[in-house]
Formats: sequence, structure tokens, C-alpha cells
Amino acid sequence: MKKMEPENRGAFSRRTFFKSLGTVAATAATAQVTSVAAELEKVNAEKIIGPAAVPVTLKVNGEKLKLMLEPRVTLLDALRNYSSLTGAKEGCDRATCGACTVLLGDTPIYSCQKLAIEAQGVEITTVEGLAKNEKLSKVQQAFLTKDALQCGYCTPGFVMSVTALLKKNPRPNAADVKHACAGNTCRCGTHPRILAAALQAAGIETASKTEVIDYV
Amino acid sequence: MSNWPAETKYIGQNTPRIDGAVKVTGKARYSSDIQAAGWLYGMILRSKWPAAKITSVNLDKARQIPGIKAAVRARDGAFTVRFYGEEIAAVAGTSKQACLDALRAIEVQAEVRHEFVVNETEARKENSAQVWEGSANAPANPRPRENGNVDTAFPECAAVIEGFYSTPVQIHNPMETMGNTVSWTDDGLTAWSSTQGISSVRDGLAGALKLDHSKVRVVTEYMGGGFGAKFGAGVEGMLAAKLSKEANAPVRLMLTRFDQALAVGNRPSSFQKIKIGATADGRLHAFEAENYGTAGIGAGGDSGGGGGGADIPMPYIYQVPNTRVKQSAVAVNAGAARAFRAPGHPPASYGMESAMDDLAAKLGIDPLEFRLKNDPHPIRQREYKLGAEKFGWNQKYQKPGSSPGVVKTGIGCAGAAWPAGGGSRDTHGDAQINPDGSIEFRFGVQDIGTGTRTVIAVVAAELLGLKPEQITVRVGDTNFPPGPGSGGSTTCASVSPAVYDICQKALQQLQTQSGLADARGENWFAACKKLGVNPLVVHGQWQQGLSADHACGVQFAAVEVDTETGLVTVKKVLAVHDCGLIIDKLTLESQINGGVIMGMGYALYEERVMDDLSGVVLNPNFETYKLPGLADVPDIEVVLINMPERGVIGIGEPATVPTAGAIANAVFNAIGVRVGSLPITPAKILAALGKVPPAVAA
Repeated sequence: MKKMEPENRGAFSRRTFFKSLGTVAATAATAQVTSVAAELEKVNAEKIIGPAAVPVTLKVNGEKLKLMLEPRVTLLDALRNYSSLTGAKEGCDRATCGACTVLLGDTPIYSCQKLAIEAQGVEITTVEGLAKNEKLSKVQQAFLTKDALQCGYCTPGFVMSVTALLKKNPRPNAADVKHACAGNTCRCGTHPRILAAALQAAGIETASKTEVIDYV
Repeated sequence: MSNWPAETKYIGQNTPRIDGAVKVTGKARYSSDIQAAGWLYGMILRSKWPAAKITSVNLDKARQIPGIKAAVRARDGAFTVRFYGEEIAAVAGTSKQACLDALRAIEVQAEVRHEFVVNETEARKENSAQVWEGSANAPANPRPRENGNVDTAFPECAAVIEGFYSTPVQIHNPMETMGNTVSWTDDGLTAWSSTQGISSVRDGLAGALKLDHSKVRVVTEYMGGGFGAKFGAGVEGMLAAKLSKEANAPVRLMLTRFDQALAVGNRPSSFQKIKIGATADGRLHAFEAENYGTAGIGAGGDSGGGGGGADIPMPYIYQVPNTRVKQSAVAVNAGAARAFRAPGHPPASYGMESAMDDLAAKLGIDPLEFRLKNDPHPIRQREYKLGAEKFGWNQKYQKPGSSPGVVKTGIGCAGAAWPAGGGSRDTHGDAQINPDGSIEFRFGVQDIGTGTRTVIAVVAAELLGLKPEQITVRVGDTNFPPGPGSGGSTTCASVSPAVYDICQKALQQLQTQSGLADARGENWFAACKKLGVNPLVVHGQWQQGLSADHACGVQFAAVEVDTETGLVTVKKVLAVHDCGLIIDKLTLESQINGGVIMGMGYALYEERVMDDLSGVVLNPNFETYKLPGLADVPDIEVVLINMPERGVIGIGEPATVPTAGAIANAVFNAIGVRVGSLPITPAKILAALGKVPPAVAA
């Protein structure tokens, strides 16, 4: 068994670690802490990834993206800083703002909370992957028409959350949209327009309540 | 009277923003998306002490981390840090991971000062720790500003109330944090900045780095919001420049969300002790106020109601014959304040409008009627009356606290004034008209998110008889003719008259050169063709008479307050605003929505919380610093008062001013008790209702 040297800190697969945690935790209740460490060591020794960069292949927007990444690199970091896909934005890097939302399969995820190595093998869709042949997707077109954006930095995240919602539920109501966008933050205050855009993309038109009245 | 056309095709209509498509597809390159060839990642090491003397910063071990190409100190020699999060050093490397490792490897020696103060009320006390050694945190006796004689006026009043209204430190939190990519070579410096002032960033970098202004170029194609905090290059900009020089490579240094909460600005707090009285016929007669607030380390000294960063306009929009106002800015060990969307106005509106409703209740009159009696401004008078009718004020209004049941309903209103909003005379622009009829406008302004590109395209399309999508607009580059920063709600009123000037000149020249009597519309392409091979380049600038300043605005709010949980739900906000000539109704409405929602955050959720004992900001991220989300946002209705005769006026700031006051008054109307402190949290509601024991003072 390979001994864990200090320079090997972090040199275990996070996936195996979590996988083994269930059984280890049960053991921990009765055994000494040292035996837990030994158990972990055994599990982790089976497959060591990193800490140096390893080859990672991501399937993004229908294309293969081959990168050399340290295992600790997040999917967001990989997209933004190791490739030119900067559509997903970094707003907080801790799953509280949703600007980094991408689809993993059909599921919207915070790409800042997914390690790139864990995102292999599943189709990833970023905001760059929605428009086909320069034609905006329904959701993108609705965001544009309804002016559901101001500075636009949170927009890719909202667009992805709404896209995921409509895949699952093509005729959502306002409450569904609010729920689907609960993980997205906007500081410019475009929320009412995002709601209107999401509904418009689902074929439900809401009228603007703005009224212009002449002063004189 | 303005020269804007009376009949319009695009001005005043709904034009989707011309850069909307690149924003919804992710193609827009924001400052934080810039990937200059060979770029490095940059990060900052910040002080973990609220007050310390940094005696040495050893970067040797950091430089040895694989991938690290540069490491610099924030300041040379020994230096003092005065708040948690102050910059100490910075590193640049080939990856974020390398930088994280390097920050941990920096060795800092410090003499930690155990005396510091982060609470502004504590900081005012005589025995408080001093933020700036040898200087009081706040003046002991701020100079009063007086009108009339309050001492004789108060006894003449039929009703007098005394209230204490406080507002928290609010953090800007634009979705894109502050930062830059800087490339500094022997040829000069280029900074791709997330800024709302490309010119001010250029001047700042040039000044600090002792470079000719002509050697510094700032580019901001797209940026993710600023709200007043992004006018300068900041310490982070200087550090990125130094790192770039040392590494001989471009460095992208964007702040983390944590950094952003500590060191790059905030709205000062306010603690307003207000005494106000009216005569029996409901006219304001006397007003006395003492206010203090903190602007972090950027305060200290007598503000006298002007300067110091924490002063607010009092008694705000009301004319009171007898006033006495004392204000002071208090220094604490926290990051300095910066301009924040309508500086001074939201806290002033909240305090004064709350006092107005408290006094109206004592007088036993309707607070709307009380405002109409005491706010003589003709535009707000009209806005209140129109709004009241649309909102159904008279049908909905009930006396404070008379709503039955557990979940109580209430309504409130408040007014705004924004003195700026006009154009900057220093706005220049160019247009290049090509023989093929294509036209490109170049303005050294930036689009903070309000739709500046679209405004330029709409105005040009209107005046040239083209469509907005036929106009190419380039902004965000100091190589273009200079324009103002995006602040004070001035950008729209700055660029629109300059576009007007360019279009007039362009048509004149095209008509002369082509011999056509009218080069607009269907003649445009024929006229341009006659240019031959040389494009026509026209320079223009802001012209008088096409824009104005001083916008008003009033808002009405309807809330529900659950008296068992203390939860406030805003059901509806009606925003009635004027901004002269409406350029693009669609983007204008977006800005008003944004102002209302930001004001709602200020009213109910937002507050920077600091720990008195450690001096640390406790909520430097979105899981603890709460912003309104989609599910919180009420039904927002907008009424625009069209005043084309005034010319163009900005809207960004007036739209956020009255919201918190209107919501606070609606809460008071619902429960009949004043919560004199923002944000109005469930805990404060329950405390005001006497449902929880008061907090035990530490």
C-alpha cells in the first residue's frame, strides 16, 4: 500500500472518497480514528488522480474539449479559464448566484460546484450552445424581446435555468418559473422581465403594465 | 424648449437593446472574460486583521510555487492596515490554483493592534479606539446648519413627533466583481476594466503609474454592473499593472465575491434622530435632526452636512421654514464608502418619509394628503395625484394598524428628487459614414447595463431615417472621443444631444456633397454613394437645450405583514416617474424595475454585518447578504410622465430613491407600529409588535 506522504495531500479521488464514506462512517462509530485513516488510505490508494494535471475530456455543446487539468479545477474554471467558453459567468464561486449555470444532461447545475473531472462523460450545454446556426433559441429570443437583461452578467445563468425548466415543463406557470430561477441572482433588477420572458418562451404572453401619460 | 422631433418613429418606442443578442448568447466579452494572449491569473492577499502594522511581507516562497510568474507588495516598507480585507500583496500565475497556493505561501509579519472599532455608535464615544491615530473618529460637536428658528418654532406646532430612523451599510454587489486585465509593456498600458468610467480609470492609472495619459488605453466592451462603485482603477487595478510589468504578461485580476464585500465601496449607514412638527392646518413648521453614519475609513472629521461621505439631504424634498441639522461622518475600521446609486438619497428619503407618516398619524390625517400639502413641487404633485388614482389610494387607505387578522395589509408612499440626471457638456463622439451607407458611432463612454449603445442607435436612427439595427455603435474605449462616466444618471442625457449634433452635421455635409435636398431615409444610401471612395467622418459634442436635469418621481407600495412570523411581503409597487423625453421605453422600464427592486432589497434584506469583537465582515457573500430574488419581487407597475419639452433626463437613480420609504410606510400602515430601522426583518417586526423579548445589550 502506498503511504500518504505530505506532498500527496489531496491526492485522492473525491468520488472514491465519497463512495467509501458510507461504510467508513459506520466503522468510525465504533473504531478508533486511526483505523478510519487506515481505511481511507486503503480506498484512496486504489486510484490516485493528481494533484498534478490530468487529461480531462468534456463534451461541451456537442464537441469534445480535451484539457489538462488539476483535479481541483472546477467545471466553471475549466470552461472560462482553460477554454474560450466564457459564457458561463463567475459571480460568487460558491453556489449562491447561479451566473455559472450550465446543463449537465438536462439538469441545470452550478458549474462552480462541479469538478471538471466529475463532469466527464455527460453532455454539457453552456449558453453558447443554445443558438443553432446563429438563430437564437426561443428562450434567448424571449429574453431579448422582453428586455430581460440589463448589464447581462447574470443572463446566461437565467437563460440556462429557464431552458432547463422548459425542457421539463413546456407550459410552466409563474410559480414554476420563480421556483426554477430560485438559484439565480440578478442585481440590476430585471426579475419581472425574466418572468415575462420565460412565460413568453412557453407561449404565454403577458402584457406590459407601463403607461405613458403626457404631463401637459 | 427642445429641438427634438415632435413626431417620432423610434424615440419613445420599445426598441430591444441592440447588444441583447450577444448578451443572451454568451458572445459578449465582459472585462472578466478577456483572454489576452499569454494571460495570467491574479489574486490579492488581504489583511485578516482590522488594524495592524505590517512590518514585513516575504514573497520568496510564493514565487517558488509552480506557475507563479509575479508577486508584488501592496505598499513598500512597513505600513498600517486599518480594516479587515485591506490589500497586502498580490500574485499572478498560470492558474487560479497556483495563485491560491501562492497566497498561502506569503509570509506576513504584523504587529497586531488590538484596539479597533467597527461599530459607528461605539466609534463616536470619547474613549473609543481611534481609526486614524491622533484624530477623533467623529467631531464632538458638528456644526449645525440652521434656517429660521427651531427653538421658537416647535412650541408653535400643533403636533410634534420625535423618531429615530436608521439605515445599514449597503454593499453594491454588482454581479461582475471589480477587476481588470492589465497588459503593461514598454509601449504602454492597456487595461480591460470592469468600470463605469473608462476615462477616470485611465487618468487614475496614468497618474499612479506616472505614465502619459496617451500611453494608457482602457477598454470596457461589456461590464457587469457598477452602481457607483466602479469609477476608479482601484488598488486592484494598480496591483494588476505591477504584476503585469513584473511578469511581462497580461494579468487578469478580478476580485472574489468576498473581496468585493470588504474593500471596494458601500453605501454609508445613517442614524437619523428627527424631531418634526406641523401646525394645526397640517403644514410643516419645524424640523430638527442629528444624523451620523459611517463611510468606513473614508470618514472622520466634521462634515457639517457637506462632504465626509455620510451626510444626507435633510429634510429631503420638503420645505420647512425652521430647520436645524447636524451631521457627522464617523470613521470605523471598515472599507471606505463609495458613490452608490443616488448617494445620500435613499437613506434621506427613508428617514424623512417615515417621519412624515409618523407625524401624519399624530395629526390624524391621510399621509398622501399631508404630502400634497407640504411638497409644493408641481411635477410630484401631478405624480402623486395620478398615482393615487391608479393605485386606488383612497379606496385602500385605512388608518395605521386598523387592518384586521393575522396577516395585515398596508399601503405607503414616498417621493424622490434627483438633482443631476442632465448631460455632461464634455461628451464627444464621432461617426464614420461609409460610401456603402453603413454608419458607425464611436463614443468614449461605457454601457453600465442601462442600454447606452441602444440609446445612441435609437436617436441616430430617428434623426437619419434609418432603423436602429442599421446603426453600428462602438463604446468603451478611451481611443474613442471622450465621454463622461456612467454616474449621476447622466449618460443618456450626455450622449443623446451629442448624437443629435453628429446627425445634424452629417446630414448637412452629405446633402452638400451629394446635392440631394434631404439625405435621410430612402435617400440615405444614394447620398452615401456619392461620397465616392472616402468615408465621411463627423465629430460632434453635447449641445445645450436638448437635455435637462432634476427628475422627480413618487412610488406607492402595498404590503402584507404576517404578524406571527414577522414576514413582510411586498405585493405591489406603483412607480410614477418623469425623465423628460423618453428615448427607449423598454430599457427605461427596465431601469425603473431595477431601481424598485434594489430599493426593496434596501428596505427588507440588505445589511453589511460586522463583528465588533473580531472586526470581520460576517456576511461577505450572497448566502448571508440577501438580495431580492424572483420569488420576492412584487407586481411592479410603471407610469411614465412624458415631458418631451424638457429634453432628455436620466432615470437610473430617482427610480431607487423612494422605494424603501414607501415600503416602510406601508409596513407602518399595516401594523400601526414604526420599525425605525432598515432592513425591516421579521425579527424587528416581531420586536416592534412586542412578541419577542428585546435583545439583551452586549
